[in-house]
Amino acid sequence: MKSFSWARFKAVVHKEFVQMRRDRLTFAMLIGIPLVQLVLFGYAINADPRHLPTAVLSADNSPYSRAVVAAMQNSDYFKVCEHASSREQVREMLLRGDVQFVITIPEQFGRDVVRGRRPVLLVEADATDPVATGGALKNLPQIIERGLEPLLQGPLEHLRRGPAPVTLRAHAEFNPEAETQYNIVPGLMGTILTLTLTMITSLAMTRERERGTMENLLTTPVRPLEVTTGKILPFVMVGYLQMFLILAASYLLFGVPMHGSVILLLALTVIFIGANLSVGVTISTMARNQLQAVQMSIFFFLPSLLLSGFMFPFRGMPQWAQYIGSILPLTHYLRLIRGILLKGNGLTESLYHAWPILLFWVLVVLLGLKSFRQTLD
Amino acid sequence: MPPADTTPSGLENNDIVIDVHGLTKRFGSRTVVNGLDMQVKRGEIFGFLGPNGSGKTTFIRMLCGLLLPDSGQGSCLGLDIRTQAAAIKPQVGYMAQRFSLYEDLTVRENLSFMARVYGLRQVRATVDATIERMGLQRYTNHLAGSLSGGWKQRLALGACTQHHPRLLLLDEPTAGVDPGARRDFWDEVHKLAGQGLTALISTHYMDEAERCHRLAYIAYGKLLAQGTTDQLVRNSGLSTWAVRSLHGDSEAVFRLSRELDSRPGVEQVVPVGVTLNVCGRDPDLLSALAVEHNQDFQWSRTETSLEMVFIDLMRNAEVN
Ligand SMILES: Nc1ncnc2c1ncn2[C@@H]1O[C@H](COP(=O)(O)OP(=O)(O)OP(=O)(O)O)[C@@H](O)[C@H]1O
Ligand SMILES: [Mg+2]
Repeated sequence: MKSFSWARFKAVVHKEFVQMRRDRLTFAMLIGIPLVQLVLFGYAINADPRHLPTAVLSADNSPYSRAVVAAMQNSDYFKVCEHASSREQVREMLLRGDVQFVITIPEQFGRDVVRGRRPVLLVEADATDPVATGGALKNLPQIIERGLEPLLQGPLEHLRRGPAPVTLRAHAEFNPEAETQYNIVPGLMGTILTLTLTMITSLAMTRERERGTMENLLTTPVRPLEVTTGKILPFVMVGYLQMFLILAASYLLFGVPMHGSVILLLALTVIFIGANLSVGVTISTMARNQLQAVQMSIFFFLPSLLLSGFMFPFRGMPQWAQYIGSILPLTHYLRLIRGILLKGNGLTESLYHAWPILLFWVLVVLLGLKSFRQTLD
Repeated sequence: MPPADTTPSGLENNDIVIDVHGLTKRFGSRTVVNGLDMQVKRGEIFGFLGPNGSGKTTFIRMLCGLLLPDSGQGSCLGLDIRTQAAAIKPQVGYMAQRFSLYEDLTVRENLSFMARVYGLRQVRATVDATIERMGLQRYTNHLAGSLSGGWKQRLALGACTQHHPRLLLLDEPTAGVDPGARRDFWDEVHKLAGQGLTALISTHYMDEAERCHRLAYIAYGKLLAQGTTDQLVRNSGLSTWAVRSLHGDSEAVFRLSRELDSRPGVEQVVPVGVTLNVCGRDPDLLSALAVEHNQDFQWSRTETSLEMVFIDLMRNAEVN
């Protein structure tokens, strides 16, 4: 006997579409939620994160440059984790989001400080998340001044008066105007997809069980795979519909730039949608009724909302929260989507954020298939 | 009787459609179906009776693969119910006790979903035929949820017979259905049985039980009796008298019923309109009672009804 039948699959898909059409309220919510949230979240939540990963590209090895780096390290705002050796390397790290800042110390930095030439210290910030970088950038001049102070003694005493000994040049990369909406709005896309897709698919199967229709369905020749995929497909389409709405609204309402390829974004989003749907299906195989299903979806959604870097800058969170956050697909999807829209990332950089989502997906599907009950007990 | 060999092909033993031995199901520590043995032959209409909660639904669910038995073995259409459920499903039409089609789909949509899921060709024609057969024309485009209970039952019956199953498992298919529709339903079942289809039907209606070829009665998960109506009545060992007041005094009949209830040898006293049906196991004791009360009442022997038999079975099961 054939294990997967397209005819049965299509019957399930068709049925789901009809039911979706009948359930006007849910359908209206699916369309309404993204738009309402988009407007509500258009305003940022403030935060002042610390220990932001920073790379140093130093062409000078003097006590002065070392004092600057040490002062940044001691300030709590920065965590110098990379000593880079080339411009390409730091560029790469910024694009991938490995570091939030790159400090470039020019040649002869120490000598120029001593001579009162006020050498230029270049600070490049990944400002896709301006909330995260704002506090650090604001405090940077004082941090550097205080760091150099002990060295400017005796004959150099005069450098401590007058203008600062170093010229700071800050570049907010990717989002030069530091618009928080730019950051929030793409993030919202991931959040909404997570919420609606997990919740609605988690209801899909429990609804059958609760209304008693599961009893009929299980006695027909239809297979678990046909049921689950047949139920998922209509919601994949809903997910894309939501995405188009948000993309269009964020472009028209907030003028969010789209530096990268929207096609690439849509293509990679499949993984994200798939991951969320499989969470929903897994929940629906475990939940006994619809209320349980909703609660379990929220149990999954809340950490996604709070720990993914959507609500609070990821690097502002305590370490344990970051660990949890990095398991969640939304965390990686946020980086992926911000990367594509705001940084103009291409396929390679994006894949870097896509594989953790894929891994998550595979694990959840395995769990889901294991817990699918083909009987009523 | 040795367990019938469960041939995977489903070709042999063609005459025995349902064959279970020692089938047992527990929910937690409660044994709901307890070591059931049963055979149903091809073309037979088999009635399945028992009080509420006796395990009828649970038993039927095990037959169609909805529940896994905890012990015992069984075959359906020659296929093992534990391991070959997937091969059994396409050949069985199951109608659940609770309406289990989609209330938010119309009659036509429900029927065509079922037709497609069973892989039928010419879905439209099949659905049209079913609508015609079940007399659902007026409701074709009504949502199933908006139908009255009886029409829902008809829809469900139509949906589970569309794919020409070889075995029908119907769990109280006529609960809440009016007499005319029930008559139609039973005529239909007999017609299908004539064509070789087998049906296992659970019911609480005695008139329906009498229309079955064979019956089984279970209580507390145990099979208490099986056989034809006549066999069951004969094996019960009950004899019944109809008692009537000679003066049409219904109050006297009532007083008599109170009195007879406590007398030894009287098992059941059932008022039926103006008469009183009295049954017991020992005919001599009943004859003595008839003599005792023959001034005001007319006593005559009558047939023991199935209802009497079943209630007797249930009471004896309660005592044990
Ligand atoms: N899924 C379940 N979990 C626990 N107990 C159950 C379950 N299903 C049924 N039962 C119990 O098993 C017993 C038998 O139930 P079943 O539905 O088989 O009875 P039934 O003979 O069909 O009754 P009715 O005539 O009322 O339909 C009942 O006491 C019921 O409470
Ligand atoms: Mg029942």
